[in-house]
Amino acid sequence: MNIAVIDYQGGNVQSVLFALERLGMNATLTSDPEVIRRADRVLFPGEGEASSAMRALRAAGLDKVLPTLTQPFLGICLGMQLLGRHSEEGPAGGTELLGMLPFDVVRFTPPDAAHKVPHMGWNNLHDLQTPLFENLGGGGAGPPAAVPTAADYVYFVHSFYAPVGDYTIAQASYPAGAPFSAGVRYRNFYGVQFHVEKSGPAGEQILKNFLVADLT
Amino acid sequence: MLTKRLIACLDVQNGRTVKGTNFVNLRDAGDPVALAARYAQEGIDELVLLDITATVEKRRTLIELVRNVAREVNIPFTVGGGIGAVADVEALLLSGADKVSLNSSVLREPGLIDELARRFGSQAIVVAVDARQTTEAPATAADEAWEVFTHGGRHPAGREALAWCREAAERGAGEILLTSMSHDGTRDGYALGLTRGVAAGVGIPVIASGGAGVAAHFRDVLLPGGAEAALAASVFHFGDLSVAGLKNYLLTEGVAMRPVG
Repeated sequence: MNIAVIDYQGGNVQSVLFALERLGMNATLTSDPEVIRRADRVLFPGEGEASSAMRALRAAGLDKVLPTLTQPFLGICLGMQLLGRHSEEGPAGGTELLGMLPFDVVRFTPPDAAHKVPHMGWNNLHDLQTPLFENLGGGGAGPPAAVPTAADYVYFVHSFYAPVGDYTIAQASYPAGAPFSAGVRYRNFYGVQFHVEKSGPAGEQILKNFLVADLT
Repeated sequence: MLTKRLIACLDVQNGRTVKGTNFVNLRDAGDPVALAARYAQEGIDELVLLDITATVEKRRTLIELVRNVAREVNIPFTVGGGIGAVADVEALLLSGADKVSLNSSVLREPGLIDELARRFGSQAIVVAVDARQTTEAPATAADEAWEVFTHGGRHPAGREALAWCREAAERGAGEILLTSMSHDGTRDGYALGLTRGVAAGVGIPVIASGGAGVAAHFRDVLLPGGAEAALAASVFHFGDLSVAGLKNYLLTEGVAMRPVG
């Protein structure tokens, strides 16, 4: 299998490469549109700040290439957010994004001092859909479980989020009772807000699903 | 819901863990990669690698270590210890560290926090604050005075702890690693007054460190103390507490935890 990890100075690509390596897969780190087009799977990591990431994508010409891809595509963390239309993050007025999915990224507004931003740490997934989240072994297919198991938890670090909409295929809640999009999808474009590459056994299963499941 | 985090801290020197451990079934307890992988497997939520090497070889060995840990371990980890240069932060993050912890360098040059947060994102920048209680025999927590120290608690930095934590958060730090030098190594419990004050006083997550001895200490610092995470070293390394046992205890005490299993 031919896996492309998109290289655009977008943060921690090394961790994504290592996570694939732990699954016995080799990937190509690339910004070459031809190599990306030919890949069977495309991973799009992202960390840091939205406007700088969009600037780097435009500089590499990738803002035009990515929306035309047709193979299963997975945006991770900021890489997921960049699939939307607009983000509040960035200089005055925010940042225009790639626009494959119809969401606008907004900042967490904590209700009290006990809720910190960034939303940082392990949180449980719920309302899971699509084969991307199969075989997790937790209670994640339905609403939030009263007693989540280890397999429901993944690792988040983010200050901005995509609200829940028709495109949402996984939810997490912060604060408790306030769901946001932990996973999104439109056609071949999938995205996860959490760090799938740093999410223990649950993350490994989701990454494996992305490589082997029928996501078309 | 978002859970509280348990963090194991590994002290490394020249690429080896320096505090002994009595882990059985671990062929080489001095190998930080093996130790990190072991903790991850046991269900720890995060790791901190604290490099205390003081040689010119430091940068190369640390980058190599970070790469090796990132290759083996599937949970987030922070690397800290004498890091100051922007180029070093970049190299460590590109090698697979999720966060870099800064201490003396940002006290010397607070603007470095702004620069690093702009460049790498707040999520990657942890400001480590070593505080010591300086009032003689305070009657209550309100009488305590907490000052920031450097060099293992020997040099006062001329800053009050809460004020410095607030400044670090405003400048763009993503997290505070708050160590009480007055409690570190005592095993008498975390500094609850200090932790409560900082956790309530900054809008970013706070990791409490220093003083863990028994399971109840973790409950106290995570619930009444208000910390988002609790860090410990020796109680884990010497097997006084197992990650699974501690998490099960905390779950029964009503602390939100990612269960082991």
